[in-house]
Amino acid sequence: MAAMAAAMAAALPGAGGRFRWRIGAAAAAAAAAGGVRGAARRAAAGRQNYDLLVIGGGSGGLACAKEAAQLGKKVAVVDYVEPSPRGTRWGLGGTCVNVGCIPKKLMHQAALLGGMVRDAPHYGWALQPVPHNWTTMAEAVQNHVKSLNWGHRVQLQDRKVMYFNIKASFVDAHTICGVSKGGKETLLSAEHIVIATGGRPRYPTHIEGALEYGITSDDLFWLKESPGKTLVVGASYVALECAGFLTGLGLDTTVMIRSIPLRGFDQQMSSLVTEYMASQGTRFLRGCTPSRVRRLPDGQLQVTWEDLSSGKEDMGTFNTVLWAIGRIPETRSLNLEKAGVHTSPTSQKILVDAQETTSVPHIYAIGDVAEGRPELTPTAIMAGKLLAQRLCGQSSDVMDYDNVPTTVFTPLEYGCVGLSEEEAVARHGEEHVERPAAPTLPQPSCAFRYPPPPCHPGLCS
Amino acid sequence: MRVRDDRSAQGRGGSGSPRAQVHGTAGSQGRTCAAAAGGVTGEPTPIASRETHCHLVAGLRNARWDPPQWTSPKQQNGPTRGSATLLGYTAKAGSDTAALAQPPPPPPPRAPTSPGSVKVGAVPNRRLGSVRGVPVSSPPGRRARLSYPGTGRSSSEAREELRRRLMGLIEGNRVMIFSKSYCPHSARIKDLFSSLGVECNILELDQVDDGANVQEVLSEITNQRTVPNIFVNKVHMGGCDRTFQAHQSGLLQKLLQEDSAYEYDLIVIGGGSGGLACAQEAAILGKKVMVLDFVVPTPQGTSWGLGGTCVNVGCVPKKLMHQAALLGQALKDSRKFGWEYSHQVKHNWETMIEAIQNHIGSLNWGYRLSLREKAVTYVNSYGEFVEHHKIKATNRKGQETYYTAGKFVLATGQRPRYLGIPGDKEYCITSDDLFSLPYCPGKTLVVGASYVALECGGFLAGIGLDVTIMVRSVLLRGFDQEMAEKVASYMEQHGVKFLRKFVPVMVQQLEKGSPGKLKVVAKSTEGPETIEEIYNTVLLAIGRASCTRRIGLEKIGVKVNEKSGKIPVNDAEQTNVPYVYAVGDILEGKLELTPIAIQAGKLLARRLFAGSLEKCDYVNVPTTVFAPLEYGCCGLSEEKAIEVHKKENLEVYHTFFWPLEWTVAGRDNNTCYAKIICNKFDNDRVIGFHVLGPNAGEITQGFAAAMKCGLTKQQLDDTIGIHPTCGEVFTTLEITKSSGLDITQKGC
Repeated sequence: MAAMAAAMAAALPGAGGRFRWRIGAAAAAAAAAGGVRGAARRAAAGRQNYDLLVIGGGSGGLACAKEAAQLGKKVAVVDYVEPSPRGTRWGLGGTCVNVGCIPKKLMHQAALLGGMVRDAPHYGWALQPVPHNWTTMAEAVQNHVKSLNWGHRVQLQDRKVMYFNIKASFVDAHTICGVSKGGKETLLSAEHIVIATGGRPRYPTHIEGALEYGITSDDLFWLKESPGKTLVVGASYVALECAGFLTGLGLDTTVMIRSIPLRGFDQQMSSLVTEYMASQGTRFLRGCTPSRVRRLPDGQLQVTWEDLSSGKEDMGTFNTVLWAIGRIPETRSLNLEKAGVHTSPTSQKILVDAQETTSVPHIYAIGDVAEGRPELTPTAIMAGKLLAQRLCGQSSDVMDYDNVPTTVFTPLEYGCVGLSEEEAVARHGEEHVERPAAPTLPQPSCAFRYPPPPCHPGLCS
Repeated sequence: MRVRDDRSAQGRGGSGSPRAQVHGTAGSQGRTCAAAAGGVTGEPTPIASRETHCHLVAGLRNARWDPPQWTSPKQQNGPTRGSATLLGYTAKAGSDTAALAQPPPPPPPRAPTSPGSVKVGAVPNRRLGSVRGVPVSSPPGRRARLSYPGTGRSSSEAREELRRRLMGLIEGNRVMIFSKSYCPHSARIKDLFSSLGVECNILELDQVDDGANVQEVLSEITNQRTVPNIFVNKVHMGGCDRTFQAHQSGLLQKLLQEDSAYEYDLIVIGGGSGGLACAQEAAILGKKVMVLDFVVPTPQGTSWGLGGTCVNVGCVPKKLMHQAALLGQALKDSRKFGWEYSHQVKHNWETMIEAIQNHIGSLNWGYRLSLREKAVTYVNSYGEFVEHHKIKATNRKGQETYYTAGKFVLATGQRPRYLGIPGDKEYCITSDDLFSLPYCPGKTLVVGASYVALECGGFLAGIGLDVTIMVRSVLLRGFDQEMAEKVASYMEQHGVKFLRKFVPVMVQQLEKGSPGKLKVVAKSTEGPETIEEIYNTVLLAIGRASCTRRIGLEKIGVKVNEKSGKIPVNDAEQTNVPYVYAVGDILEGKLELTPIAIQAGKLLARRLFAGSLEKCDYVNVPTTVFAPLEYGCCGLSEEKAIEVHKKENLEVYHTFFWPLEWTVAGRDNNTCYAKIICNKFDNDRVIGFHVLGPNAGEITQGFAAAMKCGLTKQQLDDTIGIHPTCGEVFTTLEITKSSGLDITQKGC
């Protein structure tokens, strides 16, 4: 029996810790007691409405808010989606859930299934080529995303995190003013504030018609109808992923790239990715930049571009033009200067230290909005969690941003962790980097050739 | 540096021995001492005492000096260089044992940090075994290593292993020279052989990590403590002077002219994964190699080409048929994702078989080509020992040929077992037949509970066939039983019928045809109850028997486990007959997996012919059962972990997960499952990894590498996930089994 009790105690290492923070939480609650209403609180200086206020209900913000709430803090999350220029809007959960990872991976899966449908006859399935219905897919994807929005709402409620669907801007270093869709203002203040507003797709500023006629990834996943023949402008992973699944769904897709695809990623891998895409039917226009977009009488979009090497102009018509030329951080409407939070003059991202602290000690930034951080959901989530734990005195661990794995979900997926070859050479010197010689004939155990395309018995014969 | 530290830490080369060695030689004479006596040849050595040798000094094993500085005779004779300096370092190393872990500070300051491996690699002889054989398979500080068998080994075992390795080098090379790169006598000997135009293998004892041990064992073998130490056609020549004398007397030339006693350096019996890997590696190392491969047709008459089970009737066609079944599921999913087709899609067996067989044909051809490129002699005959070092090869026409070799590797693998009931061999098929079956098997009874049974039953059901699996007792014996039950329950939910606790007693043909009709009578294992059912095909998947009974092993006295037919080997894959080795499925107590056979075969060849020390590590080998819902695992099952570590010392983390791709497809939530087993008293080290879900094989592979590095729960938690994937679930495991908390997923 004694042994059993000891084993149980050992099995619950968290028990003691949990008890400790409960005491801490009680003290914090006592300190905050009384000050409930924003107006009253502002009058009574030093009394904070919330222990923690999180601006932005995306992956990082929600993770941070939920963790802090679980650790006994009084937490509020404010989230507001400014409609895209095309008018697209969505619910709680941020980019990943609504206009990023989730719908992207699902549409990628739709495209992969298309590949499987094409493979299937080689494996004995008697099937004719089949068409794809965008609307069916989009509805299924959007329904799933909506269920996730709902799930996030429920989770916040379960953990007693206050959720405000308002657009926030700083009034002072401890206070924000939120404006609802109807124009109603709410004032909230907190001891600690976490900025996790993320980023939004960038539109080109000097291209005629770009804003009027183009869409971005913010719109693509919420289109009710097929985008049709599409021009994807950009060389980011977003551009390649979107172009990849559009091609896979049977759409005529062109990617226009000014310089190099997947900058920052290993360039050998990058070229394998684009070569495979080209082999699957994606068109590439390299070394070109668009100069204007016009709408033709029949509704099609006429895009004019310049070939940078020849200097010649060229033209094409498309049903959709998708800008995927990068993202800008959502810092402009926050009135950061009122709080004294510094941003990078070049990237507009918020400058942070290793503890995610901004230039103001009680204001933090995590996720895509923070300068120098990988723009990835899982890092934002972990950074948010760790930040909450530090704020609650639970741990002093800081986020380790090294060796973060990621995957580009292009038609042939590309996963990586650690350095690209270029980065490895730059850091360690050519002579210290060993790499396998040119791809060699595989060992007998491996039937598949390298580099891709992957083979299927029927396709290769 | 890493390699060296690691190996001394592991004590692979017997870390205790160099110290003794140092003490033994520290106070001994200078470089021209004479210590050689009669060698293994037992010839009298009248001139031995007059020989000049460089004395081997143990403490120098890690010093990597620039040879040019030491090969100049002038410098050798200089007052400050040469033996005095050598001994000075030796004494230092000897008096400070800690210094052994670090290279002594040699004259040129760059020695410890200079890219040592590059220098070693630059040694003229690329075949230098210990150079090739030192891949950094285990980084330093790998804690898991501590629990491995082998670390606790006494130095006598390590010594024995080194002796075996040296004998391998001596027997495996026409001219074998043990020398030191800076020894002028060694240089003279090398010049002599190169002037004779004779290729020789050279081991520079100052450039290998365990040079001191090599020296010690060499002195045991030859009674000569000095370098150079020369063997020609397995005959011990002695040192520099004796070799030159033998050259003058013509003895050397005579020895060089003598052919090896055997036609081949190595004959491999069995052209499967392990056998081919071993043969090709040996050939790359310059050996004369033969592979014998012969497929005895099944009772149904099926046979196939080169490559063994994996390629022809195992992994490869299995995974392709699994893929065919997965595509069936994908077709169903695809409608939800917007792909539009209305008609019922039927599966055509013949199309699939043709595509798969074409692919296999291309693999068979690839193997043939690869053997030819590497100059391995391939003989499509049945090999059988007739006497020591001699084998009889019988081809399809019954023609017999005899071959001899210095070493043999058995890699004959296994074939499916039959039940031994009326009608089994006449009417039942096995996995040997299924993958090339020219007609659709129709309604199928799969007998067995092995992974072969579940995989075959799974993909047959997946392509739309009526499948029943008859299981005598436990599913997937040896695998984690919780996972096994989940694998089966998913199959059951997807249309596979299970008949538990029944065994067939008779199979009777009712109708001939392709397929025909078979009546199966089965009996309960728990009572008198019998059942009868009619199937088109009966597939036996009740286990596999080793092909060791009819290859003449009794003629040369190779021990075979009477019951299992498996061959017991030591940790170097050596049977009780020293020149006979075995790899792959026929090994007793080892894993029946292609990659492990390949690894074992390759490493065996390197140990046999390149003086490598590296052994195949059979711990933490990942594997995957390609059932309809794949099950990947690495390390211990929960049952085994409890048996080894006791339940109270373990923490099991687990959760269900719902792949994103399944949500839109409307597929079952709370089906995919992830589980890790951690040892609480070893930093929560992950000792068992289990995943049930799509692409389980791909997921498990990466985590297996982490487990090789001693993965702990904390490290898993610190790992960032890739979103949205299935594998990321392992970075956020929170719920322990002991907590009893709910692990079902609600929504997202």
